Amino acid sequence: MIEYLLGHYNYWIVILLMMAGFYTVVSQGNLIKKIAGLNIFQVSVFLLYISIGNVHGGTTPIIAEGFTRYSNPLPHVLILTAIVVGVATTALGLALVVRIKKAYGSIEEDDIHKQDSSL
Amino acid sequence: MIESHLSLLLVVMPLLAAPVVAILPAGRGPWLVTLVISWLCLALAGWQLWMVVNTGTISYALGGWEPPWGIEYRIDALNAFVALIVAAIAAISLPYALHSVEREIPAQRVPLFYSAFLLCLLGLLGIVQTGDVFNLFVFLEISSLSSYALISMGRERRALTAAFQYLIMGTIGATFLLIGIGLIYAETGTLNMLDLNARLPAVLEHRTVHTAFAFIVVGVALKLALFPLHLWLPNAYTYAPTVVSLFLAATATKVAVYVMVRMVYTVFSNSFSQATPLDEVFLLLGMAGVLVASFYAIYQQDAKRLLAYSSVGQIAYMALGIGFGSALGLTATLVHLFNHALMKGALFMAVGAMIYRVGSSRVNDLQGLGRQMPWTFTAFFIAGLSLIGLPGTAGFISKWYLVLAAIEQQAWIFAIVILAGSLLAVVYMWKLVEILFFKGPDEHRQDVKEAPLALLAPTWVLALANLYFGFDTRLTVDMAQTAVQMLGTTGR
Repeated sequence: MIEYLLGHYNYWIVILLMMAGFYTVVSQGNLIKKIAGLNIFQVSVFLLYISIGNVHGGTTPIIAEGFTRYSNPLPHVLILTAIVVGVATTALGLALVVRIKKAYGSIEEDDIHKQDSSL
Repeated sequence: MIESHLSLLLVVMPLLAAPVVAILPAGRGPWLVTLVISWLCLALAGWQLWMVVNTGTISYALGGWEPPWGIEYRIDALNAFVALIVAAIAAISLPYALHSVEREIPAQRVPLFYSAFLLCLLGLLGIVQTGDVFNLFVFLEISSLSSYALISMGRERRALTAAFQYLIMGTIGATFLLIGIGLIYAETGTLNMLDLNARLPAVLEHRTVHTAFAFIVVGVALKLALFPLHLWLPNAYTYAPTVVSLFLAATATKVAVYVMVRMVYTVFSNSFSQATPLDEVFLLLGMAGVLVASFYAIYQQDAKRLLAYSSVGQIAYMALGIGFGSALGLTATLVHLFNHALMKGALFMAVGAMIYRVGSSRVNDLQGLGRQMPWTFTAFFIAGLSLIGLPGTAGFISKWYLVLAAIEQQAWIFAIVILAGSLLAVVYMWKLVEILFFKGPDEHRQDVKEAPLALLAPTWVLALANLYFGFDTRLTVDMAQTAVQMLGTTGR
């Protein structure tokens, strides 16, 4: 049992990060904190992919003499793409927050809702 | 030369044009380039459909890397059909865009607007063309990111919060999809859709695959705004610039429906999804969506918002069609996919023409415009009849197939829900018609003129298409039936 728990520690971290990120997105009213939560949520998925790609006892996937067992490089490549997507999302999200701050003078969701509904 | 690279060109052309348009000087240049590109895309999409119909499925290996190792663009009747819808709506909304965008977007931002529009088009076409699930995720994010940017360009500041809300929900949806794709990759070691279809049956019992399926379905359901995951949609469509509302309403959710169909029937299989509660979930949510969203639409005080809620209801019809789990139901979904693009496109265009004249989409500001803008109003009225599903319009065809699918399964309650949804549509469309036509014009707005021809012509093209496809169902129903047949026999 203990071995099972410890042996899969990376997956536990993935689940922990995923839940923490998701909870932050849902529960926080501050738009910057929402973006931060979204980031943590995405990063947990990156870790998941990289964990999948690891082959037990495998080395870095570079062909060299004396090594026959390599980790799977494909998930890394995929996640490189996903990181770019994540960066773009974060940048766009933060840019929107800047514009929202200029337009509303606040980045608190409750404040913004109040201003919108008072119109 | 062009023929062998046709499928790729459809994606690459807007991709190459987007940065060019972004650096063009403000003026009409960016619009013209976008217009040409979108018409070229339409021509290529039509050509592609013709080729698929006449010579069978197209398989294109990107960069010459053989599938399943490389990325494959695999075009069958379903892809070609949806690609044509996307390209056609883009091509028809661009002539409309010229004046509408000049009115709604500050001049110095216009090149960036068209650049983002091209990126969105490229993303949607890419989703449809690709036969690789990870590639699909990337294109999904390209189209989503550009649509967040497009929505945020709306005139009111609420466009910003609407875009932000969509960004949060859309990213959660896409990340769910990414988790699902990762899990099926871990189980099978492949990302090619056909290869997945061949390899998944061996591991279908594993819990990982079931988890992946759940993640993918929920993620895509967020993107297609399946009730009750639709919360981002009304705000986004209300506050986005008119052209963006009409383009996204007619294409983005449709492409998400395509992704759902593709994932459920090609990647996983019909027999697998029948073993999960997917059908029941779709039927329940579809039923609730049709009723609740249509009911909400009645009480909206903003014409665009009303149409947005109506969209949520119409998407729920498509979910019902998938939920029936029969060939007839799926055919109904695909036919409605096409027809809804026509009617919602025309409705948003007509409302957009009124916004062009009075600068507001609030119901009270639209009073009496039906008499002052008779041509716009007539087009609006035709599209409205199609939305309700009056015989002789395109909307009738899709409702007809949906009801047939319900009756085939002896699911009387769903047949009643479909008809009740139509009645609710009568109520909310009547509400707009009454305000537009039967109320006198506002005192301050006695001299509103008919919309300019550049706005009217595209609106009428779509309105007449609603009538045409109500009689001639060769393109819609026959293509949908071919696509469904092919989905039923994938890999077998």
